Amino acid sequence: MQGRIAARYAAERRFRWMGFGAVVMSGVFLAFLLFTMVGNGLRGFTYTSVTIPIDFAASPLTVGRDVFSAPDADQQIANAGLREIVDFAAEEALGTDGAALISENAWQVVRDALKADPDAANIRGEFSLPVASDIDIAAKDDGNAAAERAVATLKEKGLLSTGVHWSFFTRADATDPAVAGIWGALKGSVMTILIAFAVAFPTGVLAALYLEEYASRNRWTDFIEVSINNLAAVPSIIFGLLALSVFIQFFGICQASPLVGGLTLALMTMPVIVIASRNAIKSVPPSIRDAALGVGASPVQVVFHHVLPLALPGIMTGTIIGMARALGETAPLLLVGMRAFIGDVPSGFCSASTVLPMQIFLWSDQVDRGFVEKTSAAIIVLLIVLLSMNAIAIYLRNRFEKRW
Amino acid sequence: MGGTTFILLLLIVGLSVVGWLSARVRAAMVAGRTASRLHSLPSYHGWYVALWVAIPALLFLAVWNNVTPALITNDVLATEAGSNLPQSGFERSAILGEARSVAVGDRPIVSNPAAGPLVTPYREAAGKYRIIGILATLALVLAGGIYAFTRIKPDFRARTRVERVVMLLLFAASLVAILTTFGIVLSLVFESLRFFALVSPAELLFGTNWKPTTGAPEPDTFGAIPLFWGTILIGAIIAMIVAIPIGLMSAIYLTQYAAPIVRSWVKPMLEILAGVPTVVYGYFAALTVAPAFRDFAAMLGVPNASTESALAAGVVMGIMIIPFVSSMADDSINAVPQAMRDGSLALGATSNETIRQVLIPAALPGVMGGILLAVSRAIGETMIVVMAAGLAANLTANPFASVTTVTAQIVKLLTGDQEFDSAKTLAAFALGLVLFIVTLLLNIVALRIVKKYREAYE
Repeated sequence: MQGRIAARYAAERRFRWMGFGAVVMSGVFLAFLLFTMVGNGLRGFTYTSVTIPIDFAASPLTVGRDVFSAPDADQQIANAGLREIVDFAAEEALGTDGAALISENAWQVVRDALKADPDAANIRGEFSLPVASDIDIAAKDDGNAAAERAVATLKEKGLLSTGVHWSFFTRADATDPAVAGIWGALKGSVMTILIAFAVAFPTGVLAALYLEEYASRNRWTDFIEVSINNLAAVPSIIFGLLALSVFIQFFGICQASPLVGGLTLALMTMPVIVIASRNAIKSVPPSIRDAALGVGASPVQVVFHHVLPLALPGIMTGTIIGMARALGETAPLLLVGMRAFIGDVPSGFCSASTVLPMQIFLWSDQVDRGFVEKTSAAIIVLLIVLLSMNAIAIYLRNRFEKRW
Repeated sequence: MGGTTFILLLLIVGLSVVGWLSARVRAAMVAGRTASRLHSLPSYHGWYVALWVAIPALLFLAVWNNVTPALITNDVLATEAGSNLPQSGFERSAILGEARSVAVGDRPIVSNPAAGPLVTPYREAAGKYRIIGILATLALVLAGGIYAFTRIKPDFRARTRVERVVMLLLFAASLVAILTTFGIVLSLVFESLRFFALVSPAELLFGTNWKPTTGAPEPDTFGAIPLFWGTILIGAIIAMIVAIPIGLMSAIYLTQYAAPIVRSWVKPMLEILAGVPTVVYGYFAALTVAPAFRDFAAMLGVPNASTESALAAGVVMGIMIIPFVSSMADDSINAVPQAMRDGSLALGATSNETIRQVLIPAALPGVMGGILLAVSRAIGETMIVVMAAGLAANLTANPFASVTTVTAQIVKLLTGDQEFDSAKTLAAFALGLVLFIVTLLLNIVALRIVKKYREAYE
């Protein structure tokens, strides 16, 4: 008998450890994921630059001073051969392969500096230029042998420096990973989410109000409820198919724009908002409604003056969580055309743009090793945004939700 | 036309605000000294007038904007130059389109000589209809405003009428939800029918060779069994082998054994795991997990181990689904009344015997429903498989080999420049329809199981 009890207690201990182990495993998975991303990505926030002198007095830029503030300044400066001047200066300072050591977009950094200070185009000045992508990798950990040698030489001459890559946040996508940035994708994400919110929030909340408060319980409302619940569980790529065939083919809305992306995400988020709003509205006790009716309010006044304000914290929590989910979605947007290299920042709601998760996906496909750390850095940014949104939602829920 | 519409919209909004303010004042004036003579509050009278100003004008504007292009085109065709155009077809619409863009100002000059004489008629017709539109909108605004304004009296039931409009708005919002469902089903079915006219459903569902080519569909190239098998292998087998034990055991530990402080830390951790976007999981799988598994497979001597393996994608997908299974199991186990647990413990069972023999059987419908919903979610997942599992349609049982799933193929078929009508593009819709039906069935069965077998304890 004692033996059996001991065996049972032993089984109990094993079972308990298995449960604990399962929880620990989930934690380990999450930690592993986060550490991998952060470890790869933190280096993406720094960049290596080399300081070289460019003597504009010796090799002048043949444009007048007023060109720098003209609307097509970029085009004119490019035509005036700024790139060759910068390459020549690099060769002077760094040796015969100097032009290969600096980034192919380095001349754009000089161009922006000249636009900010046109007087510098006449004198000799020192410019800090981003290095080419393989030099960047070699300086950070280990690149190929030739790059490592070049890095060693540059360090001896004291020309190499590293710094925080603030332009990661202000530049749009580029083919050279050293100058690629996420501003285009961030702006596209913000515009898309704005449209998704503007369409999904009113529709979702108003539909939930109608279904909870005014609709009579018959077969039609049951059918509506079932279909909304099913919509919430449909795979997201199906919404992409819907957007492709209805929005783009049938209605002809501009492709790959925040408008069509926002509409797709709105369709995807609306069932989530409806379900969250219905739960929040259901949790308001009937006594509030009866009391309002008792003081003489009409049914619409009961809902809009009494029920809705009380249900609002729950509605906002559900909306923020739904929006956070939409912000991280890629699959439906793949099908509406956002899977393309967009080198400019989107200017309007109908211009071609991309969103941050899509940018991560596009960069992950690139062969250049420099994009690995950029992708991880972009993932860090995305995770920070999403986690703060979820944290705000949970804070709202804990602070304002009333338990009746 | 866009600029005019915007200005008109601003005008309508501005005039409705004016109407709202003046109606409120008038209602207060009409009530005289005793405001209780009014049936509705002054603000409701304000809303009444504002709605009468805005709604007819907005409806007219919506219809007018859609109708004017056709009217303008008719006017242009009636002129002499217009009647000389070819009767129908691509060239005619190209010429008309060019004339329109020159008239609007998008293009500086015409390249097609036939479009030249059409520009001036376009401009005239556009201008004429624009003026008509502006005048009609202003007339409607004024007429609506004056009509509503004259009806303001103390016993006028403004609130009832305004609330009727509000109810209509709520009803319309609910209709959008149904329209979305119908839209999905209809668009999928419509495009799939066009596909099934080219390739038979039997070939899609039962064929084993997936090699779609552009152009006319060749026989035996659209067999989707490898895709279905890949989806099941990754989503229903490997992912579930990872997710179900860990998720279920986590839920059991959290509900039965964990101290409240542990629970308050672990729950947010699981929510974070659920909130990580699938792109990040896919990248993690492609960057770290897949090479590790490939090296492991090479060490074991498995033939055909590729960097894009079903195992990598399946394991990461399982990790993604753990919070899902865990929260569903958590809810079901918590729903079992304490009395059953206390009774079992009182009879002398240990905790794990209570869990295994009393709680889990009682919570089983909820747990099963949760598992089915998790399978449905795993089947519909796209990004992880696109990034980590590759696009090779392989019918193999080797988890280290590269397989593809339905969702990854949908993405592959639709990205890239091809005509919308080709068999390849339509195949994506047919696959989408199959996916939609399968996930729908899984969801319905899951809910049915939960509803039917759930014991009512109280």
